[in-house]
Amino acid sequence: MKKFKYSIALLGLLFITASCEKDNYDEPDSFLSGTIMYNGEPVRVGYNEVGFELWQPGFGLLTPIGVAIDQDGSYSARLYDGDYKLKFIPGQGPFRIPEVNAQQGDTILVNLRGDQQLDIEVEPYYMIRNVQFSQSGGTVSASCSLEQIITGDDERTIERITLYLNDGQFVSDNGDANVARGDADISDLSSVSVSLGVPQLNPPRDYVYARIGVKIAGVEDMLYSQVEELSL
Amino acid sequence: MKKYLYTAITMALLATGCTNDEEFLDREPTNILTEEQVFSDPSVTLSVLANLYDRYYDFGWIQDWWTLSDFNIAFWSELGRYSAFQNSTYDYGAWGTWDYAYIREINLFIERCEPATELDEADKQRFLAEARFLRASYYFELVKRMGGVPLILEAQEYDFSGDASYLRQPRETEAAIYDFVISEAEAIKDMLPSNSGTKSRATKGAALAMEARAALYAGSIAKYGANTPQVSLPGNEVGIPVDKANGYYTKALNAAQQIINGEAGSYALYQKKPDLAENFASIFYDKIENPEVIFVEDYKLQSGKVHNFTIVNQPRFGAEEEEGGRINPSLQFVQSFETLDGVYQPLAATDGSGNPVYYENVGDIFEGRDARLSGTVILPGSSFKGRQVDIFAGYQMPDGSVVSGDSRGQQKEVGNLGNVQVVGFDGPIDGLEFTAQTGFYIRKFQDPKAGSGQRGVQSDVYQMRYRYAEVLLNAAEAAFELGNTSTAADYLNQVRSRAGITTPLTAGDVDFDRIAHERYVELAFEGLHFFDLKRWRIAHIVLDGVPVDENTVSDDIGSATRRETQPLAIWPYKVYEPGSANDGKFIYKTRKLSRVTGADRFQFGNYYSRIGDNVISNNPLIVRNPNQ
Repeated sequence: MKKFKYSIALLGLLFITASCEKDNYDEPDSFLSGTIMYNGEPVRVGYNEVGFELWQPGFGLLTPIGVAIDQDGSYSARLYDGDYKLKFIPGQGPFRIPEVNAQQGDTILVNLRGDQQLDIEVEPYYMIRNVQFSQSGGTVSASCSLEQIITGDDERTIERITLYLNDGQFVSDNGDANVARGDADISDLSSVSVSLGVPQLNPPRDYVYARIGVKIAGVEDMLYSQVEELSL
Repeated sequence: MKKYLYTAITMALLATGCTNDEEFLDREPTNILTEEQVFSDPSVTLSVLANLYDRYYDFGWIQDWWTLSDFNIAFWSELGRYSAFQNSTYDYGAWGTWDYAYIREINLFIERCEPATELDEADKQRFLAEARFLRASYYFELVKRMGGVPLILEAQEYDFSGDASYLRQPRETEAAIYDFVISEAEAIKDMLPSNSGTKSRATKGAALAMEARAALYAGSIAKYGANTPQVSLPGNEVGIPVDKANGYYTKALNAAQQIINGEAGSYALYQKKPDLAENFASIFYDKIENPEVIFVEDYKLQSGKVHNFTIVNQPRFGAEEEEGGRINPSLQFVQSFETLDGVYQPLAATDGSGNPVYYENVGDIFEGRDARLSGTVILPGSSFKGRQVDIFAGYQMPDGSVVSGDSRGQQKEVGNLGNVQVVGFDGPIDGLEFTAQTGFYIRKFQDPKAGSGQRGVQSDVYQMRYRYAEVLLNAAEAAFELGNTSTAADYLNQVRSRAGITTPLTAGDVDFDRIAHERYVELAFEGLHFFDLKRWRIAHIVLDGVPVDENTVSDDIGSATRRETQPLAIWPYKVYEPGSANDGKFIYKTRKLSRVTGADRFQFGNYYSRIGDNVISNNPLIVRNPNQ
């Protein structure tokens, strides 16, 4: 009887361990990461606004893997090794994607074998230059200048330039989540400045995060400067 | 002996039992109807058709109250729905529909009904026309939400060969689908009865109303689509060439004028009651000889087909169930109603120099406005089912502080008044669900019958699909776009004078903002505003992700592109100032609710809903919608 019990237990154990082996795949273990760049400088975008899609053909039904771009222009995705097609969603982002070649269009082919660093070159409508923030007496001042990158048929005008303040590090055009916002005078794009009083923070903090956003006419996603922490 | 008898009986049974084996097993099924049975009896055919009617797609549906009140025309006073005011973007898949099973079943119905011989010819023609009406209605719904779609007009059959790729159809152009809707309406209008008494089945009036709306939408997409070249596809699956605009506007005007001229039956504006606000509210629940209603989904008490709109939206105080008050119209919506002499005027909470204006009664601030305001919104001081709503936010003390409560009808010490009620039984209390958090409840579609607010009874108010006032406004817009502003003014004035506005518009007054404004206030909560924003290509301007500023909320009241990213509130306070003339009067304060933290952002990719990856995987001929 005892033997029988023992063999049942053994059988059970075998069954459990055997099924473990069969059921599980290895987790994806390769990082694809990088930054969207223009001439070696990162192009910064809004929080959770801009992204691209990775398509992996050859597995039947197609569904893209969405990859979001962080505030500082970086991205990362943990993937299985394989051959992917990287494609920005048309019309998104404050930039154009240069064409790789006529046949491929702007699709970037990624052959992922282990971790890979891939910086993506894009062509923004503008670049924000000479960004400076300062704080004195509860007022944040910011200045910058804009360099127009795309000119000619596709050039776009500026709709507004806004200074955002937030008590957290995510500073984008995200509704009332920001603590304050103020539009700058955009008559002279070579020297833009704006200042904004810091409202009462709740709970009180001795720092605030600031960021300049540029809304380009007819382009949905805004272009941003870096996020700067200012102590109050 | 007995043995022989049994044998004989068995033999006899076997012999008789066997003779008709085939027939014995081949029985008529008792639980399904065969094709011949369905299409030989008009009442059975009609019941199949009733199923197709029941699956009609409405964008704003009275059974789903939130679909009627989206896009910040109202705040949703329900705990589980605050998140709609805390996020900013809309999913690209939102509002999508792709129900080709429905289209297939309509196609099957048409294919099977056509050869039927037992049906009376007149019945058959009507059934066929109704099915085609439903099919065109759904294609219209598809093109509004998805752009051009595959146009399937026959029930496709799969041959089980293992390869279904021959069934794939590419998307038609957006214009082609609108053309289909318009041509179907033209083709069936004379096959349908011309009877304004038929409301819940397709009539000539319904077909023409659909044609007018479809042609108007197509015309405006052609015209205003030029403003957003990003929202188009190279194959015109999305986007209509601008040179087609006038052709569509002409068709829209013609179709609408056929209804207005009485060619489809005697439709007219509903003008039965002397109280104009009551009159406006009655359009939706008066079921006896209502000349305004063209096509509806009908409900009936004690039939099982009822809805709970009144239950979920009735004023909370004295409600027949322990709920209600969900739709709270926004301050911006309320103040967009003109005064009776046709002037835009902000709600006068403060005078020119910023001091509060004192009102004798709580509702006085809303006096003298368009009757549609109190026909659409339950205002503080007004009544529903004979009971006055109790909306006031607290006591304004002389030192500037406010005494208020956080439960309905709470009592507190106020100065020398002793223990008194400091907040209304209907609120407003910030964050307390079912109270009038913006200061208002909805009145449109509320059923004034006793019992309509009880779960065991519910309501039978119409789900409105087409009504005469919309036909007039469609005609006005089409006429305006064709440059005929005096005709447009005439149609607008008919709708406006029904609402009690005494100063008629002249031809010179009619501009785009006027047309947009009239549709906004007349057709609010009827599921049409969203498509107006889309087809005029102003949704990304109105919903631009920038929070509404309390200080500028009263600017540009009549502007179509006014920002509408958040609903704001305006709360009445009782003044406590003993010895002063203002004691016991009411003042109003504009405020932003604490639960409203996001500001809606409508992206270019939201103009046309995303077609699912499963659809595209199965049919690679389908192109994606722009910007997504």
